[in-house]
Amino acid sequence: MSQAETATGGLAPHSPTRPARAVWTLGLFRSELAVTFRRWRTLALLAVLAAVPVLVGIAVKIETGDGGSIGGGEGGPAFLSQVTGNGLFLVFTALAATLPFFLPMTVGVIAGDAVAGEAGAGTLRYLLVAPAGRTRLLLAKFSAVLAFCLAATATVAVFALATGALLFPTGQVTLLSGTSVSFGEGLLRAAAIAVTVALSLVGLAALGLFISTLTNSGVAAMAATVGLLITVQILGAIPQLDEIHPFLFTHYWLSFADLLRDPVYWDDLLKNLGLQALYAAVFGSAAWARFGARDITV
Amino acid sequence: MAQIQPRSSRRRMVRYGVPVAVAGVAAATVGLVPALASSGDPDLPKISAEELVAKMTKANVEHLSGTVKVSTDLGLPSLPGGSDGGSGGGFGGPHGSGDRAENDKSEKPDVSPGSELTKLASGEHTLRFAAAGPDKQRVSVLESTGEYSLIHNGRQLWAYDSAANAAWHSTVPKGAHGKKGKGDDAAGPASGATPGSLTPQQAAKQALKAVDTSTSVTVDGTAKVAGRDAYQLVIKPKGAPESTVESVRIAVDADKGLPLKFTLTPKEGDEPAVEMAYTKIDFGKPDPADFRFTPPKGADVTEAKPHQGSAPKAPEGLAGLSGAKIVNEGAGDWSKVARIDTGMPGGLGPAAGAKPGGGSGEQAQKLLDGFTKEVKGDFGTGRVISTRLVNALLTDDGDLYVGAVTKEGLVKAANQAAR
Repeated sequence: MSQAETATGGLAPHSPTRPARAVWTLGLFRSELAVTFRRWRTLALLAVLAAVPVLVGIAVKIETGDGGSIGGGEGGPAFLSQVTGNGLFLVFTALAATLPFFLPMTVGVIAGDAVAGEAGAGTLRYLLVAPAGRTRLLLAKFSAVLAFCLAATATVAVFALATGALLFPTGQVTLLSGTSVSFGEGLLRAAAIAVTVALSLVGLAALGLFISTLTNSGVAAMAATVGLLITVQILGAIPQLDEIHPFLFTHYWLSFADLLRDPVYWDDLLKNLGLQALYAAVFGSAAWARFGARDITV
Repeated sequence: MAQIQPRSSRRRMVRYGVPVAVAGVAAATVGLVPALASSGDPDLPKISAEELVAKMTKANVEHLSGTVKVSTDLGLPSLPGGSDGGSGGGFGGPHGSGDRAENDKSEKPDVSPGSELTKLASGEHTLRFAAAGPDKQRVSVLESTGEYSLIHNGRQLWAYDSAANAAWHSTVPKGAHGKKGKGDDAAGPASGATPGSLTPQQAAKQALKAVDTSTSVTVDGTAKVAGRDAYQLVIKPKGAPESTVESVRIAVDADKGLPLKFTLTPKEGDEPAVEMAYTKIDFGKPDPADFRFTPPKGADVTEAKPHQGSAPKAPEGLAGLSGAKIVNEGAGDWSKVARIDTGMPGGLGPAAGAKPGGGSGEQAQKLLDGFTKEVKGDFGTGRVISTRLVNALLTDDGDLYVGAVTKEGLVKAANQAAR
């Protein structure tokens, strides 16, 4: 195990036993996770995400405090008008409000920084000295970014749930189709929605990781990823381009609402997952190709 | 800076080949699978048009659930800042445009089927439809983060709008109900705003009503719709040069005789103006719970006024159509023009136009010129609102002429009527 791989030997054959390999991969993933989540930047991003549902909840409470109601269903994020009836809907409102921009932006920052940040700081080559190999290092990085996707979504959902439960009544949940289900099933559906939202971000995470392998500047990679996100969002809003819309990774993002129908409408949800898997495969393998063949000079 | 070459350039190329291959396979799958699925029109025994129509009218499908895609492209002029109001306004004249705004201000949100279903007049919509006999139907319009459901169960008719968390209830009188149920297919009641009215069946039925000597009906090959084999029935107007309709195409299930797809193509442009098609269909018995509805806790419930309930007219914007008179009875079915007295002299003049827009007279005039054309004739002067399918002429006297005919045909009919 002491035999160290050189930076040039990404896929060079080496023969530690299988369990040792697994331990190495796990250890690598754990250290990546620690690196990601111990950063002040990550914690700040999560704090911003946590603040959104709290602020929305307080704003709705103040506006409806004197018996008034949130005007109609139009304007504002989806599900906002249902929040006063059931605090659980704050979870859906918060996710619908953060999904177009806040959530993917944080993912773009983390994913863009994953490789380029290390390269910029000059720590990448030390990582490559470890006998883990480039592919496994990349996998560990990608897993850490995915873990962040889940953590970011969970942060929004949990803070929204806490705020919603504190400020508004809970109880039977009215689904979009007009049927009522128990609060327990509502919670279950909320959890499924949080996971779906996290999975919706996988495509962007892979894209960010790929961009991250292209440059040595973490800031450039983050800016490029977030810029790409904005571009795609703009393209998605232009009706004349509806031919390409189904191929944009943002296109089916709001399909998470389909989990609130009775029965669940799977078509768009599955299309979303398929599209995210496709983006992950294309840009994940592109990142692998680029990272494995890349000259690490800093 | 010394560059270390980690690999030969050939191996590097191989590496880059992987993402390219993945993307290529994905593109091929996306491009080929639908093409393969739709290619190879099913081989079905020959059938004459008469037999097919008979099969269709005899079709008796009790249980059915499925997903329907409805896309409408009437080429309506879009009004700035209000697509919903625009669709109502374009068709129903001044009646429609204000509806939405007024309803928003009222205390209870209006979720009656009429005002909701007007939205379907433009754009693409996904509907879920389920039926169990003539007494139980349910249709849900799936919006991106909301849903509008219409549930018909026995004498109860419920509507629920999730975005407003509001419900609408109406009781169908006994007499009307029995009449409708007899000999009907799963589409059920023929009146305006019941769940069945949004399905290809109902659209096909309307189209078949127009079948007579002025129409040619042919069978044009076969197709696969929602995974089922179907015959294609084509209905074309005969000897009606003024009609805006090019053809109506109905895909009829070869086994069940149920219309699966309805396409209406206008003469102008290649894209269909109206297309309704099942994307998924299941002839199994739907869950009875689907047809049960109790208004959820906290929802605003509006009870329909009795007279409204007995004949739920579809879009409220079209309410004025009840007083419609056909002005050219002599013409073939395809070139009929209806006249409606709106009782609003002044027509779409600046004063009337300014109201919905809220702008000054001059701006309204500009806006008006943008999507209408002034015409003169024996009826005086008026303005024509053109869409790809329907043209409407509102005269300064307050008469509204509407028909699926060309602008020239409309003016001609209006001239005849004025004489």
